[in-house]
Amino acid sequence: MLDNLQLLFVWAPIINVQIILEGIFVGAIFALVSYGLALVWGVMNVKNLAQGDFVIMGAYLTFTLSKYGLHPIFSLPIVLVIMFGYGWLIYLLIIRRVIDNDMFVSLLATFGLSLVMQQFMNVLYGPEVQIIDSKLPVYSMFDDFVTVPMAKIISLILAGTFALIIVIFMKKSRMGQAIRATAQDARAARVLGINTDRVYAFTYALNAAICGVAGVLVSIIWIFQPFYGIQYSLRAFAIVTAAGLGNLPAVIGAGFGLGLIEKYTSMILGTEYEIAAAVIMLLIVLIWRQIHLRRSRQVVR
Amino acid sequence: MLKNFKITTAMIFALVVAGFSSSASAGVEGDTITLGSAISLSGKYSTNGLHTQRGYDFAVDRINSRGGVTVGGKSYKLAIKYYDDESTPARAAQLVERLIQQDGVEFMLGPYGSGLTKAVAPVSEKFGVPMVEAEGASRSLFTQGYKYLFAVLSTSEQYLAPAIELAAAKAKAAGRDPSSVRVAMAFENDPFSLDVRAGVVDAANKYGMKIVIDDKLPADLSDMSTTLTKTKALKPDVLIISGHSKGAATAGRQIEEMRIQADIVAITHCEAAKVHTKFPNASDGMLCPTQWVESSPLKDGMFGNAAEWNADFKVAHPSYTTVPYQTAQASAAVLVYKEAFEAANSFDQVKVRDAIAATDMETFYGNIKFSEAGNNIAKPMFMRQISGGSYNAIITADDMVFPRKASY
Repeated sequence: MLDNLQLLFVWAPIINVQIILEGIFVGAIFALVSYGLALVWGVMNVKNLAQGDFVIMGAYLTFTLSKYGLHPIFSLPIVLVIMFGYGWLIYLLIIRRVIDNDMFVSLLATFGLSLVMQQFMNVLYGPEVQIIDSKLPVYSMFDDFVTVPMAKIISLILAGTFALIIVIFMKKSRMGQAIRATAQDARAARVLGINTDRVYAFTYALNAAICGVAGVLVSIIWIFQPFYGIQYSLRAFAIVTAAGLGNLPAVIGAGFGLGLIEKYTSMILGTEYEIAAAVIMLLIVLIWRQIHLRRSRQVVR
Repeated sequence: MLKNFKITTAMIFALVVAGFSSSASAGVEGDTITLGSAISLSGKYSTNGLHTQRGYDFAVDRINSRGGVTVGGKSYKLAIKYYDDESTPARAAQLVERLIQQDGVEFMLGPYGSGLTKAVAPVSEKFGVPMVEAEGASRSLFTQGYKYLFAVLSTSEQYLAPAIELAAAKAKAAGRDPSSVRVAMAFENDPFSLDVRAGVVDAANKYGMKIVIDDKLPADLSDMSTTLTKTKALKPDVLIISGHSKGAATAGRQIEEMRIQADIVAITHCEAAKVHTKFPNASDGMLCPTQWVESSPLKDGMFGNAAEWNADFKVAHPSYTTVPYQTAQASAAVLVYKEAFEAANSFDQVKVRDAIAATDMETFYGNIKFSEAGNNIAKPMFMRQISGGSYNAIITADDMVFPRKASY
């Protein structure tokens, strides 16, 4: 551990650049997935445990399309549309039936969905690890000391653009306004003539589409396998819980924050502690919040 | 309606009873010796499970077509009863118990992988049923004092140790002291990879090499960029990575992305992860361990030499362009049984067990001779180097392209 710290700050400080870049690239994907989760959680109060499996499904769709010679970047709109439809379908089949029940029913239902999706992808594609070669160049700086693959830059740009589109959509469009109204008070929204069932369906479908986009990006920068969804679910939950619902800028910030924390933890303690960093971050935030809450309660008393 | 229902239930019941009574056949009945195996035909090991099953079946067909197994002057045919263990250890253990108790199987072949072998070994041990396995390489299988477990393959701590030997040989040839070699390594935190690590650490300590990076990788690995960043900063001579197919795929992708240059790069499971086709630049010069090479000159009377086995298998299964070693060693396991039955000249489980323990033979797969603990000590692990997308066997250090110079 000391060696690693020395390496970072004394011997080769230049590698900080690489680690920060990696953290940002990773964080962008986390932020995207968490954003979708925050949306569904905030608007519908459904904790979607199948979040990560939507991501992996997006990656496999890209994989299928790439077999037909379609470049992953161009398959993005197709995956987006398919996943949107899939999300809508899942809403009609499952989510609509559990949305009015208590939290545990929706947890169980989405957990079941996650298992079914994993096994289905396993049957369809087999358990092998897959990658997609985006055939994009790699840029290097400082005499190969820092390398930046074009694929990661593109994925960062795409994630950013997509997030921006959603933010604008939520602010400006009728549907976006309806979603926000429903999130604030579903009953009042219904009274004012908003078809909340449709809003829920749209929100869930939008989340699936966001995950699909994340899946396309995952497929060109990492590797995937039918059972890899859980790590995206776990991180999304940690990020959304830490950032708080309904606070979308905070979710995005926490996404990038987690990316950086993970990379530094992994640098200093070892790669196996990467996912532990996510959970520890969540723990610290929750404890800190609890302390904070206690204090303010005392003031009230 | 109700009557119909009753008739249907009665029929189902009758079928179930019939099924039970017919399946409760003895291990050796008439002129057939039935071996049993729980094998992964679905779930995460299904690909390798299938490779294993094909290796078993190929050997059974060949042995049967060449006169079968001769015991007591009578010729017997081999057959294998399979159950799908769904890649789960608990299921595999249940099925082995079922094979032994309900189906009356007296001789077992192993499942796929160390984890499943570890789950089923206590069961066959409990019933005193010999098990020859071909796919469980973990060192820990052979430290439990099992009497009935035998493995034809080399154990996992031998997987990457040859890379250290090669590095030492190259250092000596260049007039350097092997202790000046610096090693970076990253292993998944699972029993198999930690065994591999133990072998590498032993070899490195033997030469007094310095281990500059010793990272553990998580089970759901898809990003090891920080380990490779360290590698870039510390510039070790040898980089060693083991983490099953996902480790090989992640390493391939990110070594290429980060333009890692090290004189020797050795990784397990390159073939399974297809790094040679997916990362042609990064994989050039990588060393990959294998249990078996097609160019091995050793041979036996049943399959001929390695190249002949390979060619015949491809004729039987044209879908294979390269045959994985998992298949070859599965065939070798069946061959061990044939020899043992004939040497014991009996189907008594204890006698057959002793005959297996006394096995000392040359096969297309390599020499087979079991230690007291049951692992094969007569066969070394082989290294192959990827060069232009194909795998070249490294028999001595001179066969190796050194230093590895990947062009990114």
